[in-house]
This record gives sequence, structure tokens and C-alpha cells, in this order.
Amino acid sequence: MSSHELKTGPLEYRTQEGQMTILGFWIFLAAEIVLFATLFATYAVLFGRTADSTPPAELFEPGIVLIMTFLLLTSSFTCGLAIHEMRRGSVKGLRNWMIVTLILGLSFLGFEIYEFIHYAHEGATLQSSAFWSAFFTLAGTHGLHVTLGIGWVILLLIQVTKRGLTPRTSRKFFIIGLYWHFLDVVWIFIFTSVYLIGMVV
Amino acid sequence: MTDHNKRIPTQHVVGFVLSIALTLLATWAALGSNLSTMWIISGIMILAVIQAGIQLFMFMHVVEFESKNGHVPWNMMFHGAVLAAIVVAGSLFTMSFGFTHDHDEEEHQYEQQENDDQEQQDEGEHEGH
Repeated sequence: MSSHELKTGPLEYRTQEGQMTILGFWIFLAAEIVLFATLFATYAVLFGRTADSTPPAELFEPGIVLIMTFLLLTSSFTCGLAIHEMRRGSVKGLRNWMIVTLILGLSFLGFEIYEFIHYAHEGATLQSSAFWSAFFTLAGTHGLHVTLGIGWVILLLIQVTKRGLTPRTSRKFFIIGLYWHFLDVVWIFIFTSVYLIGMVV
Repeated sequence: MTDHNKRIPTQHVVGFVLSIALTLLATWAALGSNLSTMWIISGIMILAVIQAGIQLFMFMHVVEFESKNGHVPWNMMFHGAVLAAIVVAGSLFTMSFGFTHDHDEEEHQYEQQENDDQEQQDEGEHEGH
């Protein structure tokens, strides 16, 4: 830990190490943007190439997709509240809002798994056509990120229970917060360019 | 920055309400409105970019006095966004615009015909509304 520890300001920014780690995480997010851009580009190019499988317009349903979107938007909000509580110095508030975030994230995953199984039953799998391969890769990569995020939050909750709020644990929570909001941003684009456009075109 | 110690973080609540409203607006534009496909696609993509901005500015603390603007590497984020735009737009430009993937000329013309018919049908449906 750095010797120049500030006495004011948010806990996670007080050490040089904390500041640099958060900077590094933003650079990671910039790389993640490019990763998802390649998957979006593949999806866009292969749009409509369903071969003999079911076209997306017949399978996408606004109901379940809206539920998933609201679950994720709300989880992003509660995650923001958790970080807000953390900055007020409340471990309890942080923990409670993070647990709410976890539950919302898990429900989102549950709906996504249900959705994928439903599509598979209707004959749309990773192997059915170029379009569905691109779709499952894009949505699946996002789902994998959510799964990783859930595991990460659980580990951090254990750590903060043991160690309390320190510059180190608060920096870790601030970073998982950024990650979680970023997943929401990616989902907004999946919701818009995959589901909404898929239902329109 | 002043709501650091407040019980209710106004910024987060406003961001949340706005993102829900924008989602509903995009859904309505796509599924409930009578706009043409081109307008719908450009409209909802703009709404998505606005929503991403809300996440960044309302939730992700990119503008924050206390932490010296969150130490956000703006150049890196800008670089990431530009690369994303080039990858997506460039792929579409090189792979999809201006030519089809059908090698059989005759079949291509037939498909073109079919598309035109489909479009006419769509227009007919719109008038019916």
C-alpha cells in the first residue's frame, strides 16, 4: 500500500494504488468495449442468414426481453446505491444493496437460461445457422460476464464481512460497481440492436 | 458531488427513472409506432447511446469532483468507442452493403423481385392501420 494516504475524499481513491487500479480497470473496460464490438459486428453481418432454421422474428418475444431488461436496469441502480452506501461508510447498506443486486442478477440469468432452452426447443441452437451462432455467442458472452460478476460479488461480500471497509475493499467494490454498470450498458445495446431490431425487421 | 452524505442519492434515482423511461420509449417506437423501419432503427440506436451515457454519467462516477473526475482515461475510452464504431460499421460496409451472397445471378434477380413484393405488401399493411 502507498505511503501517501489521503485523509479526505472517497476511501477507494485515497491511495495511489487505489487510483491506479481504478484507472487500469477503465482501460480493461475499453478493451471489453472492443471485444463486444467484434461480436456485435459479426451478429450484424450474419443478420438474416438463418438458413432453414426459425427466423428471430418468430422467436423473440417482447415480454420476457423487457423483464430481463428491467431486472438488469434495476440491478445496476441497486449496485449504484450499494456504492453510495459504501461512501457513507455503511457496511450494512453496502451489503444489503449488493445482495439485492445479486438476486436481480441471478433472476436475469435464470430468464436468459430459460430463453435459450426455449429457443433450442424451437430448433434454434448454436449449430442451426450462422445467424443463431452469432446470436448465442453475443448473448452468451454477456451472460457469461454476468455469471462471473455474480461470483465476484459473492467473494467480495465474504471479504468485506471479514475485513470491513478499508481502502482496499472499498476499491474492489467500486470496481465491481463499474463492471456491473458496464454489463448493463452492453445489455442496452443487445436489447436494442438484437431484440428490438430483430422484432422489427 | 454534494449528495455524498445524503440518504437518498438523487442522481441515481434520476438516472434509474430516465433509463426505464427510455427503454419503454424504445420499445414503443419499435413495436407500437407506425414509423418506417429506417427511422425506428436510427431512433432506437440513438436512445441506446443516450442510455449508455446515463449509465456513465449518473452511475459510473465519470464526472466527480472529489475523485478528480474518477481518474477516467478519457483518451482510452474514446479510443475504445471509436474502434467499436469502426469494427461494426466497417464490417457492415464491407460485408453487407452493395452486394448479396448469392452467386447465381438469376436467383439473385428473383430474390430482388421477391423483396420488392414483400416491401409493397408491407406498405399495404401500413396503410391498413
